[in-house]
Amino acid sequence: MKKTVFLGALTIAGLAAGAAAAATLDDVKARGKLNCGVTTGLVGFAAPNANGEWEGFDVAVCRAVAAATLGDPTAVEFVPTTGKTRFTALASGEIDMLARNTTWTFSRDNDLKFEFVGVNYYDGQGFMVPKELGVSSAKELDGATVCIQTGTTTELNLADFFRSNNISYEPVPIETNAEAQQQYLAGACDVYTTDASGLAATRATFEDPSAHALLPEIISKEPLGPLVRHGDNEWGDIVRWTLNAMITAEELGVTSANVADMAANGTDNPEINRLLGTEGTLGEMIGLEADWAKNAIMAVGNYGEVFEGNIGESTPIGLARGLNAQWTEGGLMYSPPFR
Amino acid sequence: MTTMTDPPRQSFRLSMLLNDTRYRSYTFQFIALVVLAGIVAVLANNLVVNLAAAGLNISYEFLANPAGYDINQTLIPYTSQSSNLQAAWVGILNTLLVAFLGCLFATILGVIAGVLRLSKNWLVAKLMSLYVEAFRNVPVLIWILIINTIVVTMPSPRAYRGDAATHEMLFGVIAYTNRGVYIPAPTFGPGSMIVVATFIASIIGIFAYRRYAKNLLFNTGKLLPTLWPSIALFFVPTLLMYFIMGMPIGADIPALTGFNFQGGIQIQRPLIALWLALSIYTGAFIAENVRAGILAINKGQTEAAASLGLRPGRIMNLVVLPQALRVIIPPLISNYLNITKNSSLAIAVGYADITATLGGITLNQTGRAIECVLLLMLFYLIISLLISFFMNIYNRSVSLKER
Repeated sequence: MKKTVFLGALTIAGLAAGAAAAATLDDVKARGKLNCGVTTGLVGFAAPNANGEWEGFDVAVCRAVAAATLGDPTAVEFVPTTGKTRFTALASGEIDMLARNTTWTFSRDNDLKFEFVGVNYYDGQGFMVPKELGVSSAKELDGATVCIQTGTTTELNLADFFRSNNISYEPVPIETNAEAQQQYLAGACDVYTTDASGLAATRATFEDPSAHALLPEIISKEPLGPLVRHGDNEWGDIVRWTLNAMITAEELGVTSANVADMAANGTDNPEINRLLGTEGTLGEMIGLEADWAKNAIMAVGNYGEVFEGNIGESTPIGLARGLNAQWTEGGLMYSPPFR
Repeated sequence: MTTMTDPPRQSFRLSMLLNDTRYRSYTFQFIALVVLAGIVAVLANNLVVNLAAAGLNISYEFLANPAGYDINQTLIPYTSQSSNLQAAWVGILNTLLVAFLGCLFATILGVIAGVLRLSKNWLVAKLMSLYVEAFRNVPVLIWILIINTIVVTMPSPRAYRGDAATHEMLFGVIAYTNRGVYIPAPTFGPGSMIVVATFIASIIGIFAYRRYAKNLLFNTGKLLPTLWPSIALFFVPTLLMYFIMGMPIGADIPALTGFNFQGGIQIQRPLIALWLALSIYTGAFIAENVRAGILAINKGQTEAAASLGLRPGRIMNLVVLPQALRVIIPPLISNYLNITKNSSLAIAVGYADITATLGGITLNQTGRAIECVLLLMLFYLIISLLISFFMNIYNRSVSLKER
């Protein structure tokens, strides 16, 4: 009898685990918290600040989704993941979404069964070297020792780049960005390679950032974006359109400062009204409150504000908008219309 | 006076399965087996169902696909275009290399420390106690990281460069950097094979001579010196042949070209950190085994040997250690297994063992977690069973032969 109960409980637990994939939004609402996978710490993108609160470019996406779904940008449980653990964490349901400078690739999308919902940063892989080495191009790196985060696309790009240029290197595989930084500064490797944005963020934390140079070569396309599991399209849509809302808000001039005013008094622009839920039923269509996008923008700001506040030129990381400018400004940031 | 009579044979009844002690244990074992099988089945079913729900399958086809990444230490030919299987082989060989070096070094260290801990010299005994206690009681991962950090603080190759070089190569031939130690590699010119053959022949000669000396001792009681002839046999013929052949063996001395030292043999930092940490950590355990083994030998044995006039060194080598081996070998096997399994901590310092290649990068890049982990388990199981098998053969050869 007891055995039957036990086995029955196990079976139900198994079924529940299987069904968990289906309705992530309900799970998040029931839990009252969004489980969001981030890096173990990359200043500017996702790192705890002096008060222990997570902040950064990727963290803002998590907070925006939490604000859109739960109405509370602080209702996020941040789960630090390494390059190795991130996909298992997402696939197993430990996290609801992953916002961890993850490159959108064919095999991750199809073979690993994930859904990339968009791109929040167009990046490329670069190299950082100490200036004292006198290297001005990545093609001069023959025989160099290269620190590389293991389990990333950069590992494969690196092998391809050196092979196609017919030069040799010695890889030093490393688990986290902090470790890489330590080894690089100790001179255990000549070069550190990762996404150019990550290099800039890492360099900003050095004691003397001016002693290190980023080489001009960008050897890969690294479209970074948030992702969710395959199989729950409603949840994928929520994350996708939250990101799009942030991008559209910048395009339409909606900021965290004026969003409350615009929502309360209405505007002459119907697209802003639809975005903020004062007109139309977009919120109902996506299964959220009418003011979901307003909450997200109010919590973290529009895409441009998030960029400037965390990694922009006024911050120590000092990244230019470049490809990540709005399409109207010559960049690639282009959201489908809210209609 | 009692008479033994068989109890009247009862026919088997179902209730006896619970009430009769003869059958009860079978009943419970059977129930336990069914429960265990049930749990395994439920877990396996859960896995299959959830994989199917996620649209994933179990497949080992990825092993034949190009790996796409580079490995820093490869004992067999490997490029980023090689298959994932080849990458796994590279990892397996690296695991075996560090396990072999670790076992060797740990044994030497353990035997010395174990014997010295019993020394009558207070300072030596206490120093060895300190070593054993300090290393045995700190997790091996911490030791790996500590030694890695020590190696990282060694000079970088840049310190050897240019006129303002702050470091010079040891004896002009050995470079120690934070990327590893570079030592000269032998280069074999024409005629060098004869020198090598002479060297091998003289090694065989040493063993033959020792065997002859031992037989002579047992048969006639005549004691020949063995140490000095062995050393002479080791060096003299090889050196003679070396000069006769016109010094055919040279040395490829590492030199700083570009970013790194090139030429010679490179012992990379991860290997050094892992090897030393595993050796000195496990060496502390082996030292305790050796000490226990020696203490297990009755003091009368030592005293009897002493009364025969044997010197302390001979007592240890001829009387105590051969008997102590019987106590030492079984726990030594488990220490060797520990080294092999602990070598999977390699990824902490970036050593490309099987856990780092197959269980790390390949797993990550292909996303085939279950398949990779199953293969890993199979590998460690096979290698552990093999080590146990061979060490058990050795154990039988030294164990007490009862006639």
